[in-house]
Amino acid sequence: MKLRVYLTFDEATVREPIIWKLAKEFDVITNIRTAEVKNNMGLVGLEIEGADDVVEQAIIWLGQQGVHVEPIEQNVIEG
Amino acid sequence: MSESIVRALKCRECGQEYAIEPTHVCEFCFGPLEVVYDYDKLQGKFTRELIESRPQTMWRYKELLPIDGEPTVGVQNGFTPLVRAKNLEKVLGVKELYIKNDSVCYPTLSFKDRVVSVALSKAVEFGFKTVACASTGNLAGSVAANAAAAGLESYVFIPHDLEQGKVLGAGIFGTKIIGIKGKYDDVNRLCSEVAGKYGWAFVNVNVRPFYAEGSKSLGYEMMEQLGWRAPKHVVVPMASGSLCTKVDKSIKEFIKLGLIEDNGTAVYGAQATGCSPISKSVKDGTDLIHPVHADTIAKSLAIGNPADGYYANRVIKESGGWAEDVSDQEVVDAMKLLAETEGIFAETAGGVTLGCAMKMIESGRLPRDESIVLCITGNGLKTQEAIIDAIAKPRIIDANLKEFDALAEADGVATTDK
Ligand SMILES: Cc1ncc(COP(=O)(O)O)c(C=O)c1O
Ligand SMILES: [Zn+2]
Repeated sequence: MKLRVYLTFDEATVREPIIWKLAKEFDVITNIRTAEVKNNMGLVGLEIEGADDVVEQAIIWLGQQGVHVEPIEQNVIEG
Repeated sequence: MSESIVRALKCRECGQEYAIEPTHVCEFCFGPLEVVYDYDKLQGKFTRELIESRPQTMWRYKELLPIDGEPTVGVQNGFTPLVRAKNLEKVLGVKELYIKNDSVCYPTLSFKDRVVSVALSKAVEFGFKTVACASTGNLAGSVAANAAAAGLESYVFIPHDLEQGKVLGAGIFGTKIIGIKGKYDDVNRLCSEVAGKYGWAFVNVNVRPFYAEGSKSLGYEMMEQLGWRAPKHVVVPMASGSLCTKVDKSIKEFIKLGLIEDNGTAVYGAQATGCSPISKSVKDGTDLIHPVHADTIAKSLAIGNPADGYYANRVIKESGGWAEDVSDQEVVDAMKLLAETEGIFAETAGGVTLGCAMKMIESGRLPRDESIVLCITGNGLKTQEAIIDAIAKPRIIDANLKEFDALAEADGVATTDK
């Protein structure tokens, strides 16, 4: 599936290479569609593509890293 | 009616345009979509005289609302009173104060009836049979009522701990009401997923661009009722921040169409301290909105991660306005003050608006000698829990004149006995 989410990073997470780590930890394709990064905060629009359960795991992992995850809407691509 | 002047849906970030469809995010950059119009087509045709000749509802400005034909839902909605608040002027020490009183909006007593009539009329045009929403309370009631009247099925999702008046005020209409264990932001997150999966018109998800435009009607009415002029200052309560941006848009549209002169109107935002991500961003001088965990009695405004926060922030700054926040106690005090001075029983959001206005008058952000409009957007009967301990209880006596005389004497009231 292909999931579209907004990620909000705070002071603690904004300098971490979290999206790079995400793609290392999970077999997903990440595609940054928009990003705004300031000193103490960041906002990223991200597309995450992969097997359903892997994408779900990846979302949970992001939350554990202290990233606020907001789905844009579920968009299940057939196949 | 003349042909529709709606041009497209346009991404507010990258400018990409889309056909008119039930969709709300840009495929390219995930930015929010907004309805854009070809105002040129209205030049010389959309006049004060034409508007004044129409029935007193929000639809007298239908050219500027994004539906194709005639409205099919909420045909009577809108056109609430604009009240000159003479008593409140004296208390606050200001010269020209008005209240746009949407606490009596038809049919469910909040400004949400405006957005819902546009959203549902559009949903009918799109061919939807079921409508739904994520709500902090007022929207649920409005969707339920307007859907019932229009013969549509409805599902409304609310946080499980809302005020009784809000829950009842939706349930009575026979809607399918779902309480979610969590905050509004959890409700919203779930609805975002539900909207992707079920083929419904979610008023604040997939039809949000159309829904949001309905708020402009509050601004149009305000200007017409002021005698075709914009106020110098307008104070708006903020949850998602949408109303704030649309009041600003309504003013810009009227200027563009030559219906009013540019008065340099400044827009001010109001939030409760327990949920003030937008006000905080304005005060901090940043344009990034930090999501917060909402905790306030102003539940209708309790959106911790506001979808239009960034745009509300921008409107406030660009217009030369400001934003404030007030404590729950200040909310209650302001609700009482509004009721005691103007006879208007507003809900907690009204207390937030007046409370913030008072703070900004004190701090000098709102000048005392220029016109100010306060947008009062919901009705106090729906949030009784908030003030139940703060108002005088009736003094109970027997049906006996002697007992009343004793009371009257204690109050120092004179009789007409010679
Ligand atoms: C009474 C009342 N006023 C104001 C608002 C703010 O609306 P917005 O989300 O457009 O900022 C709401 C939203 O739920 C509301 O119920
Ligand atoms: Zn875009």
